[in-house]
Amino acid sequence: MAVGDLVFLTANGVAHGAIYASVALALVMIWRSTRILNFAQGAMALTSVYVGFETFEATGSVWLAMAAALFAGAMLGLLADRAIMRFVDPSEPLTAVIVTLGLLTFLQGVLGIAFGSQFRAFPTAFSTGAISVGSATIISPQDLFTVGSVAVVMAALLVLFTKTDLGLRLRASAFAPGTARLLGVDVSRMLTVGWVLASVVAALGGLLAVPSGIGLSPTALDGALILGFTAAVIGGLDSAVGALVGGVGLGVLLSLSSHWWGSTPAPIVSLAVLVAVLLLRPGGLFTFAGARKV
Amino acid sequence: MMYHQAPAKQRWTARVPPCLVHAIPLAIALAALFLATGLFEPYRTFQLATACALYCAVAGLSVLTGLTGQVSLGHGALMAVGGYAAALMMQELVGKGTLPALVAGLLAATMTATVAGWALGLGAARLEGPYLAGVTLALVVAVPAVVTIFGETFHGENGLALPALPVPDPVAGSVALERWQTMVALACAFLVTLLLVNLSRSHVGRAWRAGRDNAVATSLAGVDVGRMRVVAFTVSAGCAGLGGGVLAFLNGQVSPGAFGLALSIQLLTAMVLGGLGSLTGAAMGSVLIVWLPDYLSTTIAGWSLEPATAQRVEGNLPLALYGAVLILVMLLAPHGLTGMLARAGRWLVGSVTTARRGTAG
Repeated sequence: MAVGDLVFLTANGVAHGAIYASVALALVMIWRSTRILNFAQGAMALTSVYVGFETFEATGSVWLAMAAALFAGAMLGLLADRAIMRFVDPSEPLTAVIVTLGLLTFLQGVLGIAFGSQFRAFPTAFSTGAISVGSATIISPQDLFTVGSVAVVMAALLVLFTKTDLGLRLRASAFAPGTARLLGVDVSRMLTVGWVLASVVAALGGLLAVPSGIGLSPTALDGALILGFTAAVIGGLDSAVGALVGGVGLGVLLSLSSHWWGSTPAPIVSLAVLVAVLLLRPGGLFTFAGARKV
Repeated sequence: MMYHQAPAKQRWTARVPPCLVHAIPLAIALAALFLATGLFEPYRTFQLATACALYCAVAGLSVLTGLTGQVSLGHGALMAVGGYAAALMMQELVGKGTLPALVAGLLAATMTATVAGWALGLGAARLEGPYLAGVTLALVVAVPAVVTIFGETFHGENGLALPALPVPDPVAGSVALERWQTMVALACAFLVTLLLVNLSRSHVGRAWRAGRDNAVATSLAGVDVGRMRVVAFTVSAGCAGLGGGVLAFLNGQVSPGAFGLALSIQLLTAMVLGGLGSLTGAAMGSVLIVWLPDYLSTTIAGWSLEPATAQRVEGNLPLALYGAVLILVMLLAPHGLTGMLARAGRWLVGSVTTARRGTAG
């Protein structure tokens, strides 16, 4: 493999990995504060993308479509938390799993009724033709935009969580809800804020994933959800940095594997990575070994 | 003081081996059900057979989820494993006559899915929380990729056709094809029920429940909780494989499209609707998920929608309903239909006894 190919494949992998990382980050944000793994994250993001698609059809502006999709993502997060997840008994992990799967199915069914199962093309904001430097093709403007926007969102979240008062309250509610409540933090509201933030991040992931060649259909983001889950598990489900690194690593790995074997085995590769991580380092690559219980 | 112990009244259950206690009434009930199919339309008989095939998988899933607290989304994929194994085996043995081909096919379905489930269980069933659901979700999405890569054996998206097996000799004259298929499906449902009832009432079932309720205390009592979970997943996978084999036998073909995430969600809905861990519930849930899409499509046909809209609604309304059922049942009636019926029964009995007391006093 030529060095130029390697550079292109890596860049392409990083761009796709940024998408998985944003889905993974959304899963991690909700997992950390509620111990719920949101299997409906992909379907919620997809619903936002459909809102964006309708906006684009109506206005013809990609930027307005993206803004509408992100706003829809925020509203969906708010609704999912206040209308459904708030009533889930946190002591029964099974209930949360089944309810989020129910939400996934419900949203896919509703999207199917509203838009049908056929694929639709969702426009990209930038060109997908790769830029060449000398004789080497490196990265397309759309991929650059993908990586850039995910990086900006990550940086914004980092600042939010570490430098602001709201971020401190969010972290306090996630790690010690009882103590936080005693110290005057409105933990319930913080949980909702967490759901809204996570859904916006996932909607961004969906907006970047759909134009990258998978097309818009009610099951379009099933794959992205699984890759996001895999990325989050690589990072240990509890670590935002782990989700980021896991997502990008997975993206590069899949980019290389599709260069060698074509894109068909991608789901098998991601399943193999997931099982390998769970067998060898069940806590993920970014956590220390858990305390023995017995 | 002499203590006279009244001779214990011998129930019939004391005189038969424990593993047959459930077999006898169940066999009578299923035989009665089979005789009743003589009165059904052929299409209803076929629906009953389909419900039996799904029941095998739902019952396995329900025991796994209800007794060990693990959710699997991979049972659709395990049914695919069973279906493909049955198809390949039956193609191989079609010359040897109906019964050998059928029995070998269904055995192959069960065995292959059991081994696949064991391998998968080793990797994932020991994990806590939602990991098993995530891994099995990844598995079910990977099925189309597997059948495409091994396209020579599995014929990719088109799938495999099963050989047409004629109704075998002893019943050939008296029973129509769909009633014969129903007979096979009922027999498989019978075997699955027997296995699961006896397992869940044995020390194995106790270990599953104990591990679910308190893993630490159960380990301290000397039970290897991880190993028990792998066993549960393996048994459950075998049941799903048999169900997949029966489904393939009923439909005469297997293709990856039939075994996707939608099937897994259907199984999950049947389980949740009936009540986690209840085999009666699994039976009710399986009948409902076979009947519902059919009922909906007749209803939608009456709405006089445009053809394109009608097709969209018909294809997706069941999915939306399954989702709503999953959410609402888990939040409002987590024990499903069996739980609701039990509550209604207690309420009725309670009001009757109160009324009697009222008149007596």
